[in-house]
Amino acid sequence: MAPAAPKSGDVIFASVDRVNAELFTLTYGAIVRQLITDLEEVEEVNKQLDQMGYNIGVRLVDEFLAKSSVSMCVDFRETADVIAKVGFKMFLGVTASVTNWDAEGTTCSLILEDNPLVDFVELPDTCQGLHYCNILSGVVRGALEMLRVALPEVFKQLRLIRAKEVEEVSMKTEVTWLRDMLRGDDVFELQVKLLKQVPEEYPYKDDE
Amino acid sequence: MQFFGGTEISPSPPVPTASGNNGNMMYIFNRNGVCLLYREWNRPLKTLSSQQDHKLMFGLLFSLKSLTAKMDPTSAEKGNLGVPQLPGQGCSFHSFRTNTYKLSFMESPSGIKLILVTHPRTGDLRDSLKYIYNLYVEYVVKNPLYTPGTPIRSELFNKTVDQYVRGLGTELAVMLCKKPSYVCVLAD
Repeated sequence: MAPAAPKSGDVIFASVDRVNAELFTLTYGAIVRQLITDLEEVEEVNKQLDQMGYNIGVRLVDEFLAKSSVSMCVDFRETADVIAKVGFKMFLGVTASVTNWDAEGTTCSLILEDNPLVDFVELPDTCQGLHYCNILSGVVRGALEMLRVALPEVFKQLRLIRAKEVEEVSMKTEVTWLRDMLRGDDVFELQVKLLKQVPEEYPYKDDE
Repeated sequence: MQFFGGTEISPSPPVPTASGNNGNMMYIFNRNGVCLLYREWNRPLKTLSSQQDHKLMFGLLFSLKSLTAKMDPTSAEKGNLGVPQLPGQGCSFHSFRTNTYKLSFMESPSGIKLILVTHPRTGDLRDSLKYIYNLYVEYVVKNPLYTPGTPIRSELFNKTVDQYVRGLGTELAVMLCKKPSYVCVLAD
C-alpha cells in the first residue's frame, strides 16, 4: 500500500483533540504575566519565551510529521509553505501566508492576520519592548532545527571537498518579529531567515 | 476430477506460535544514532553485544539508504558515489526480506528511524510503522518528563507497542491458516 497522501491543515485540525480557545489564550496570558513579574526585564522575558518555544518546537515537529504525513521538503521554499499552510493551521487554527522572499530564497515572511494568542490583549506602556508572541518564533526555530533540508548549491560544492562523510544537515534559522499587531501594525509578520545548514556527521567513528 | 493444487515447493517457515507474536525485534533510533528503544520478543540467537548490535543496525541503514537513493533509475540528479544523498531527493528503501525474517524500516524527516523485524511472510508494514510513530508521539514526545535524545523508559509505551505488534501477529497467523484450505479444496 502506498503511503497516504499528505493531509491538508483543515482536515487535521478537524480531527485532533482541541482545547477551548479562551482557555488557551488566557493560560498563555498568565504565563507571560508571571514571567514579567518574575524576571522584570522585558528582554529577559522575550528570551525566556523564545527558549520555551524552542523546547516546544523540538517536540512539536514529531507530532506534526506524524499527523500530517508530509514527505521531506526539497527546499526551503516548500518548507516555509508547509509551515504556513499546514503547521499553523493544524496547531493554531489559523492560516499564515508566505511573502517577501529574498533573491536567494533563504529569507521569507510569514504573515498572520489572526492570532489566537493575542485575543483580549493590550500592551501597557511599561512593557513596550515585549514581543508577546515570542513563543511562536521559538517554536518555528526549534522545529526547523530538527528537520533536514537540501543544501543550496554553494554549500554542495564545499561539501564535496571535505574529506569526512557528512550526513543530513539541520537548519539553523533566525526568526524575528517584523510587525506586531499589539504595537499598532495591521498584521503579525514573522521573518524566518535561514542562517546556515549545520551538517551532521555520521555519529560512529570508524575506529570505535 | 483431480486438480493438482498449487502446493508450495519451498518449505514454508513455521507458523507463529499460539502466543501469536509475529514481531521478533524492534529498534527506534534518532538522528544521532542513539538507540531510543530496543524491544525483543523472539530472538533465539544473539551474536553481538547490544551496543555493537545497535551500531551495526544503524550503520546498515545509513548505508542502505544512501545506496538505494543513488541507484534510483528515475532520479535526474546523479551525485558522486560516496557523497551521501540529501534527504528529500531520491527514494528511500522500506524493507528487505531473507528466508528467515523481514526487516521493515521507516524514517521520519526529523530523523526518527523505526525498524521492525518480523516473520518473512509479513506484508507491507509501512502503515503499521506509521502507527507506531504516532504512538511514539503520543506516549513519548508529549511526555514532559522525557528528554528528547535519551533512551525511552516508559512502561506505558512499551506495553502499548507490545500489544499492537502482537495484534499484527495474529492477523498473519489467521492468514496463514487459511492458505492450506485452498489446497484441500482443489484436491479430490
